[in-house]
Amino acid sequence: MADTPDYSWPSMESRKAMGKSIKRLDGPVKSTGRAKYTSDLRPRDMLYAVYVHSPHAHARVTGVDTSDAEKSAGVKAVHVTAPAGTEVQYQGWEIAAVAATTEQAARVAAGRIRVEYEVLPHLVKDDDLSKATGRTKQGGEKVVGDPDETFKNAEVVSEGQYGIPIANHCCLEPHGAVIQWQGDKVYAWPSTQDVTTWATQLSPNIKVDATNIKVKMDYIGGGFGSKFGPDAWGETAARLSQKAGGRPVKLFLERDAELMIAGNRPPAYGKIRIAGKKDGTITGWQSDTWSTGNMPLPYIIDQIPNMRIKHDTVSINSGPSRAWRAPNNQQLSYLTCSALEDFAAKIAMDPIEVFKKAVEYAPKARVELYKYQLDKAAELTDWKNQWKPRGSGSGTVRRGLGLGISAWGGAGHNSNCRTTINPDGSVLVEIGTQDLGTGTRTIITQVAAESLGLPMGKVKLVIGSNDLPPDAASGGSSTVGGVTVSTRRSSVNALAKLFEAAAPALSAQPADLEAVDGHIRVKGSPNKSMTWETACKKIGPGKISEMGSFNRRQPAPGMNDQGVGGVQIADVSVDTETGLVKINHYTAVQDCGLIVNPRLAESQIYGAIIMGISTALYEERFFDQQTGKYLNADMEFYKLAGIGDIGDIKVHLDIRPENDKRGVIGLGEPPAVAICAAIGNAVTNAIGIRVPHIPMTPSHVLDALEGRIA
Amino acid sequence: MSSKKDPQLPAERKGRFSRRGFIRGVGIGGGALGAGLLEKEATAAPPAGGVVGPGAIPITLNINGKPVNVSVEPAVTLSDALRDYLDMTGSKRVCDRGTCGACTVIMNGKSVYSCTVLAIDAQGKNIETIEGLGGPDKMHPVSQAFWNNDAQQCGYCTPGFVMACKGFLDEHPNPSPEDVKHGLGGNLCRCGTYMGVRKAVLEAAAAMKGAKKNG
Ligand code: FES
Ligand code: FES
Repeated sequence: MADTPDYSWPSMESRKAMGKSIKRLDGPVKSTGRAKYTSDLRPRDMLYAVYVHSPHAHARVTGVDTSDAEKSAGVKAVHVTAPAGTEVQYQGWEIAAVAATTEQAARVAAGRIRVEYEVLPHLVKDDDLSKATGRTKQGGEKVVGDPDETFKNAEVVSEGQYGIPIANHCCLEPHGAVIQWQGDKVYAWPSTQDVTTWATQLSPNIKVDATNIKVKMDYIGGGFGSKFGPDAWGETAARLSQKAGGRPVKLFLERDAELMIAGNRPPAYGKIRIAGKKDGTITGWQSDTWSTGNMPLPYIIDQIPNMRIKHDTVSINSGPSRAWRAPNNQQLSYLTCSALEDFAAKIAMDPIEVFKKAVEYAPKARVELYKYQLDKAAELTDWKNQWKPRGSGSGTVRRGLGLGISAWGGAGHNSNCRTTINPDGSVLVEIGTQDLGTGTRTIITQVAAESLGLPMGKVKLVIGSNDLPPDAASGGSSTVGGVTVSTRRSSVNALAKLFEAAAPALSAQPADLEAVDGHIRVKGSPNKSMTWETACKKIGPGKISEMGSFNRRQPAPGMNDQGVGGVQIADVSVDTETGLVKINHYTAVQDCGLIVNPRLAESQIYGAIIMGISTALYEERFFDQQTGKYLNADMEFYKLAGIGDIGDIKVHLDIRPENDKRGVIGLGEPPAVAICAAIGNAVTNAIGIRVPHIPMTPSHVLDALEGRIA
Repeated sequence: MSSKKDPQLPAERKGRFSRRGFIRGVGIGGGALGAGLLEKEATAAPPAGGVVGPGAIPITLNINGKPVNVSVEPAVTLSDALRDYLDMTGSKRVCDRGTCGACTVIMNGKSVYSCTVLAIDAQGKNIETIEGLGGPDKMHPVSQAFWNNDAQQCGYCTPGFVMACKGFLDEHPNPSPEDVKHGLGGNLCRCGTYMGVRKAVLEAAAAMKGAKKNG
């Protein structure tokens, strides 16, 4: 089309709403406790559902007797999800559920369901491949160049063993939904990262047309990659509701089930050898790893000329894997950066220099970026003076510095937005997206306000329902890149219509108009102007309602982009008597594109780092191989970092014109990648010996110090 | 509490701000079916054989300065009573066993984890919930400070944090940054908002002092 409007972003200097640290729009409802999450809802006549879960890690169900439960007081529906014959693959597997008038009544009734099992042999631990006989699948071997010759002739070979265990997402709002199935209609209020397609995923399971499933969600209490589809509980809640004559049913997992079945980040273990020269040049890579999923090593530096990469997968009786904020990248970064740091120590070189050489093997477009970031991070941490060679400290408490690098995509997802301008001047922006707490509401409103030349308060935004123009799942840091472009386009389209309506009164052509500070005016002659409200009165009896879209197959250069790198440095103190690790400082240098809201962007980075510190230092599941039981499926012993555990965090966001030019890039995941790597390396630097396994708990640290590592 | 993760914490410090000691006294194991209560309930709803429950019994709670009548099963926690019976859903149920602080309310002037208090045990106590603080149009200084400092992301931990912060500041109006780390150590956030919370607590402390001076 010849007259396609210009959607490009206003210049950095001219922005009025975008680029500003506007406070998050839903902050007031959240910080006064008024925000209603799905788990807070209580529609009329709502029933409470409670699950019965398998206590066994591996078993066959031989009988489920619900007769007593059905007679129990207050019970309105019972639904068996794992009938006799079902092979249960992990502890926590859903067997049956009860819906009753109170939660207490549902619990009592659930306790009356009798389930018989034939217990089968299980494997619940994944950290020792030798015990996983019959449970492994060889992933084959990838060979590049001539690794054998390279290792044989290498000046130096370093070698290490590393492991990062399964972590649980532990969203504070557990997984679940409130669902009402009435006649041929289903009303669902799930806790989901994917409002738009949730219904289409439930539809085939319950054989109700997706058009008849209405999905609504205002607030979600955390997802982190673990809350996309309806899951088993979506269907269970729907069936209970149907059985109960269409009363709404609330089914949320209890905390223990939440940890057992609703979020497992895959582990990664293995041995890595690096061949190289004394000047820090890497010549060969060899890795022999295993996980419950795929782990394509090496991370970032995948252009090493000589490599032998072997990876096995092992299946264990543990809840299903789910995506975790930058899936697999934490594990890959940890393994790769640990091996790099071990190589640096072996040749007694500063790891910053070794990493700078290593990133020559990164994809071309990022090589210079990583070098810049490594220098920047070194500068921010005064690395030159603060970093000391591995193990050179003395005394009981020793300080160490370590670094890690990251990469992420962050391309925008498909998104559609509708902007409506009414004759009374009011503006409605509608988009079927969700705000996970990342600030999506705020950012969409900023873009609309910017595009329409209005203050934020003039734009009413509606999100969180599948009746709205479709968006996509919030995963892969894809939301901001999608919604900003669709919002921009629909707002610019709507504004073009408003210009058409207002132009005659200003004796101008529509193309000569601009919207600035609540006025429509003629470009270059600011006194030929009318207020927004006056202009809107010209719309006539109807209203303006325009769509705008972003489709990933049609890139929008300059509007959004993908591909960011990052470097992070941890500064820790380790008590060599207690094994306790304390974070002193944590520094992140984060590549980014156009930043719509620096305050919210910074919060994303803080949040990613804090979550990473938590996994690096505290989070550990304990399993008893004998009984197959998850021993700490609670928040007391599956420990999350608290406010005093995170040291001081410094974020360097790379807001520069060169980056701004790239357009918007997602930021939720990139900074979540390198933390285990940086902290692991810092601990090793402090105490002079590799602590192979995350988390860096006192017990793991003392094991390493006392030579108890197998 | 941060104490379990922060052994450097001097023992005395821990005691000063710990809420757990208080909770221990009223936990499910401790005071579930106090004798006094049984007598009271016997007159309210005579149960067979002198035992309350498992069915619902009427109780009166004093919430945000007002008596509220509600009928709950004796096993219902204060947190569930607020959420499931009274539509006061600011307090969240997260760990349901006194670890995370998402359910924090203030009871007789002290922060408590409402998931570790039985509703029937909360009778006769002054219960303050986040619903008793100002709403979005008239925010309490603590809520305001949380907003100003972006101390919430998904926001699920936020109401508990706000109440814990209020309880903490009521007792320690002049906290140092170090005090904040210990005093708010009993609340967990998965989104990682602690940097904002640290700033928010100090800002709220200053604002509340200012308010007192002017009022
Ligand atoms: S829900 Fe009460 S402390 Fe976690
Ligand atoms: S803001 Fe999400 S848990 Fe704290």
